[in-house]
Amino acid sequence: MKKIIIDEEFCKGCGLCAEACPKQLLKIGSKLNKQGYPLVEIESSDQEKCVSCALCARVCPDVALKITKPEK
Amino acid sequence: MKKRLFVKGNEAVAMGALEAGCRYYFGYPITPQNDIPEFMSREMPKVGGTFVQAESEVAAINMVLGAGAAGGRVMTSSSGPGISLKAEGMSFMAGSEVPAVIVNIQRPGPGLGGIDVSQADYFQAVKGAGHGGYHLIVLAPHSVQELYDLTMLAFDLADRYRIPAMVLGDAMLGQMKEALVPHAHQLPEDLPPKDWAITGKGGRAKGNAVKSLYLADGELEAHNWHLHAKYAQLKEKETRFEAVGLEDAELILTAFGGAARIVKTAIAMARKEGLKVGLIRPITVFPFPAEIYRTATAKTPKVLCVELNNGQMVEDVRLSVDPMADVRFYGRPGGTGSLPDPEEIFAQICKHYKD
Amino acid sequence: MAPNEQTVFQRPSSLKEVPTHYCAGCHHGTVHRLVAEAIDLLDVQQQTIGIGSVGCSVLLYDYFDIDVVEAPHGRAPAVGTGVKRVHPDSVVFTYQGDGDLAAIGTAEIIHAANRGELITVIFLNNTTYGMTGGQMAPTTLPGQVTTTSPYGRDVTKEGYPIRVAELLAMLGGTAFSARVAVDTPKRVMEAGRTILKAFEMQVKKQGFAFVEVLGACPTNWGMSAIEANERVGKEMMDYFPLGVYKDITASG
Repeated sequence: MKKIIIDEEFCKGCGLCAEACPKQLLKIGSKLNKQGYPLVEIESSDQEKCVSCALCARVCPDVALKITKPEK
Repeated sequence: MKKRLFVKGNEAVAMGALEAGCRYYFGYPITPQNDIPEFMSREMPKVGGTFVQAESEVAAINMVLGAGAAGGRVMTSSSGPGISLKAEGMSFMAGSEVPAVIVNIQRPGPGLGGIDVSQADYFQAVKGAGHGGYHLIVLAPHSVQELYDLTMLAFDLADRYRIPAMVLGDAMLGQMKEALVPHAHQLPEDLPPKDWAITGKGGRAKGNAVKSLYLADGELEAHNWHLHAKYAQLKEKETRFEAVGLEDAELILTAFGGAARIVKTAIAMARKEGLKVGLIRPITVFPFPAEIYRTATAKTPKVLCVELNNGQMVEDVRLSVDPMADVRFYGRPGGTGSLPDPEEIFAQICKHYKD
Repeated sequence: MAPNEQTVFQRPSSLKEVPTHYCAGCHHGTVHRLVAEAIDLLDVQQQTIGIGSVGCSVLLYDYFDIDVVEAPHGRAPAVGTGVKRVHPDSVVFTYQGDGDLAAIGTAEIIHAANRGELITVIFLNNTTYGMTGGQMAPTTLPGQVTTTSPYGRDVTKEGYPIRVAELLAMLGGTAFSARVAVDTPKRVMEAGRTILKAFEMQVKKQGFAFVEVLGACPTNWGMSAIEANERVGKEMMDYFPLGVYKDITASG
């Protein structure tokens, strides 16, 4: 499942989320959004490794990330 | 017989405001209008209203902006130097269409100037005082009764047109005592609802924004045309003046506010001597009553404009009269010892009547 | 969202779903979100009134789904005073930058605090005038190069950065004054709790509450978002220590 959902229209590629991720799952890629910002990316295989701590989302100035976790 | 009170002009302003439902007053001390904040500090708590002595005129006008944007009936008062400081807020209020009443009890200038009678701030008032090209409604009372009545009217006009309204008095009017007949304020039933006001969304689908910033393509131009249309509507519907003795006049005197009191006495002296002298007294100086000047001067082309300054309203008079009219000016700028008496104006009437 | 998923983090409902005009890495967005979260948590969106200021955060009404008044430069605390006096049960906050609050608006903030106005003030200190192009602010650090201190701020000529949180804590009318930062996840969460507290104190009518937030301005600092974020902790905190400087509700 996707635990980190990236809103590509909101992301400005600042990279603060990538710095915050304790598992280093996020990186700024080469794909640009409509405004021309490079987008943060996560490998789909890395979604499983995400622990849904949401630190990335908390430091994102653009509220571009939504975080979910599997229900227990 | 109706109840008559013997009241100081400044107090009449405050009394009129309270009667009109003003429940918020923000001000800062400055001579010669201090009776207004003093009265408000005493009386507002008795009617559950708010009085705040602000840290500056700048802060006071911005509190007025906030209270007006929130939908309250709100007033501030000051004199020349303080009005200069309020000009920033007045521009924002005009731009964001916030109704409120601003009272200027004029004193002579420029700078610190003096503290006595003058009409030095006519230009400042009718040109809106601040940046960006806008107008206020400007009412010019000439008696204690009118200070009371026109302050009430200012609140209704401000609310009707979503515009700041100014009561333009002076040290003579503010500091003198005169008979006042108090009366209940009749709130017009057709005032538009303040559905634009900032109250908290309270279930509205969209938040309200009271603002003067317009950045999108064409937005600011449209906003300015909208304001311009409002000023045109004011000119059409809200012009007020007093005209006396124009029927047989050979010479028309014109004056507003305190100057008009002196002029009225001088005209009485002239009439006694058989001189046919009339009077046009603008009660609104914005919108300026241009039409009465045009029609009156088509018949009587000679006008003497008297002001307690070096010539300010005379410019509006010249723009309003018949093209063939002859507009003359007599004025003194104010300051201690610079208030003309009726004899001085009578002498001017005699001079211009013949010449 | 699949039925077996649970949302851990999402946009607060008081924040409109529109991208902001802020530069990449600018902390205004973070602070906006924390304010919106506080409004949501206290369930006061319907009675909250924002007072916008002049500077980068001028478009407050485009981002918050609440009623907003725009104030002239520096005057937000005075405008907030007027609004709050008309609607005493509303929740009024100003959102101001350092040029707005600590230079042109010094009188208004000091006197609003001193009167104990029942409002919440959020102050973003990023040591520069962002909107006008990175000029020297009252909070610019000694030696810091800006577009109007091209040789670095010289304290012998230009004075010292003003520590506003400490200054306001000295006033009788201030109920709460604190400084926080938003450069690390931990500090963001602490900042969120502090902002929530500052709003909660207003709801409980406990008095004037002030939160200074240290934030980054990557564009005007001439840094990448990452470098600018690091500067907050490395350079700003020495001069602007984090902490609660006054809290009338604290026990002991």
